[in-house]
Amino acid sequence: MTSESLKRTPLHDLHVELGARMVPFAGYEMPVQYPLGVMKEHLHTREQAGLFDVSHMGQIRLHGKGASAALESLVPVDIQDLPVGMQRYALFTNEHGGILDDLMVANAGDHLFVVVNAACKEQDLAHLRLYLEGQCEVEELFESRALLALQGPLAAQALGRLAPAVTEMTFMQSRAVEIIGISCYVSRSGYTGEDGYEISVPVEQANELARALLAQPEVKAIGLGARDSLRLEAGLCLYGHDMTSSLTPIEASLVWAISKARRIDGIRAGGFPGASHIFAQQKEGVSKKRVGLLPLERIPVREGVVIYSEEGSIIGQVSSGGFGPTLGAPVAMGYVESAFAALDSVVYADVRGKHIPMRVTKTPFVPQRYYRG
Amino acid sequence: MKLRFTHDHEWLRLEETGEITVGITNFAQEALGDVVFVQLPDLSSFEAGAEVVVLESVKAASNITMPIAAEIVAVNPAVSEEPELVNASPMDSGWFFRIRPHDKSAFNQLMDQDGYEQYLAENS
Repeated sequence: MTSESLKRTPLHDLHVELGARMVPFAGYEMPVQYPLGVMKEHLHTREQAGLFDVSHMGQIRLHGKGASAALESLVPVDIQDLPVGMQRYALFTNEHGGILDDLMVANAGDHLFVVVNAACKEQDLAHLRLYLEGQCEVEELFESRALLALQGPLAAQALGRLAPAVTEMTFMQSRAVEIIGISCYVSRSGYTGEDGYEISVPVEQANELARALLAQPEVKAIGLGARDSLRLEAGLCLYGHDMTSSLTPIEASLVWAISKARRIDGIRAGGFPGASHIFAQQKEGVSKKRVGLLPLERIPVREGVVIYSEEGSIIGQVSSGGFGPTLGAPVAMGYVESAFAALDSVVYADVRGKHIPMRVTKTPFVPQRYYRG
Repeated sequence: MKLRFTHDHEWLRLEETGEITVGITNFAQEALGDVVFVQLPDLSSFEAGAEVVVLESVKAASNITMPIAAEIVAVNPAVSEEPELVNASPMDSGWFFRIRPHDKSAFNQLMDQDGYEQYLAENS
């Protein structure tokens, strides 16, 4: 893709001004790192607060009485009983139970507020319009709203200085908040394993808000490079890597994301695409599943690396991997045959012909520090 | 001190002993980003262009190739133990290995400091 055809977020000029290295990502020109560098950006986010431009992600509103029931027909998640002011993690599934995308859904009172992945947003919008037609109104906000994430243990202190109301919120709560006079929609959530917020803001005011946040002493701009290492240490999946349309939530070890009400013994069991496949897999087990992997040598083991058993047979593949700056060691996740998925199993990665032992480890690799009140 | 450079952003320093120390330039370490792993070569002879060092930065793996045909006579274990030295001190304590060239004239055929700076200006 040439740079002329890449889209820019409303914060593009700010990134360039801050000295960011811009790279193509999901059709956008995005900051992969600032002069601080991935390692220090990562550590700063874990120690203080980092500001991420995630305006490339897709924001969508669903309006109308039928919205909750309609969206529920596409995700294995309880949307109908989602309280006003709460957000839930969800997955779009296909008829085989494969994952089409992962998303956040918040009940904003008079509408549902949905955030989907950048690379999937056009496809997700078409999916919603096709299946929800006649049941609710689908309003895309792709060009009208920017999205900022403020993440880290001092995020509440920094944002609270501009909008005290946000400090009362707990993990996965969401609400409309005025920040320095700008009407925002804020959730206390994120993609780093840290406490923090995601802030939806009108594009016209995104710059003013970003600059006000960067003016706080705790806050530094953080690029996509550190966003990836932060989410990996937190054990969070990246769509297109750790989740794809040919992998089910059971294989992806995301059973926790299937709401109780929608499970086989739930009050509204099934009723989402691929439910029968997913229930069958839950009952009969799966041949492979996603696990956390800790390489036992210092060498990073990256996506696509083939995983072997001690006997030398191929048993899986790494889906995400790199160096975890907080751990000070490489971290990875990948899919292995179920017989090798037990905690503390040792499997082997083939890195340039060298067999690196890796221990199957529970995730997150770094403790999550969400604010639960 | 005699310094030479390659198009792959390696520097070579001719020592008084006649041996040549090899590392990567500041431009190269900035482009790579934070280095987290360095795999050093065995002490033996290699042809020019042979991949002798593996560098892993936070984002990706890359190779350092042999700048001229030579025998590797020493490696710098400090960069394996503290890969961040490559970023912090690329022209000094972040060196990778020391060589004895097969053909001494090969060194002088590489770019000098002015040549490298011109190359950088033309290619960045």
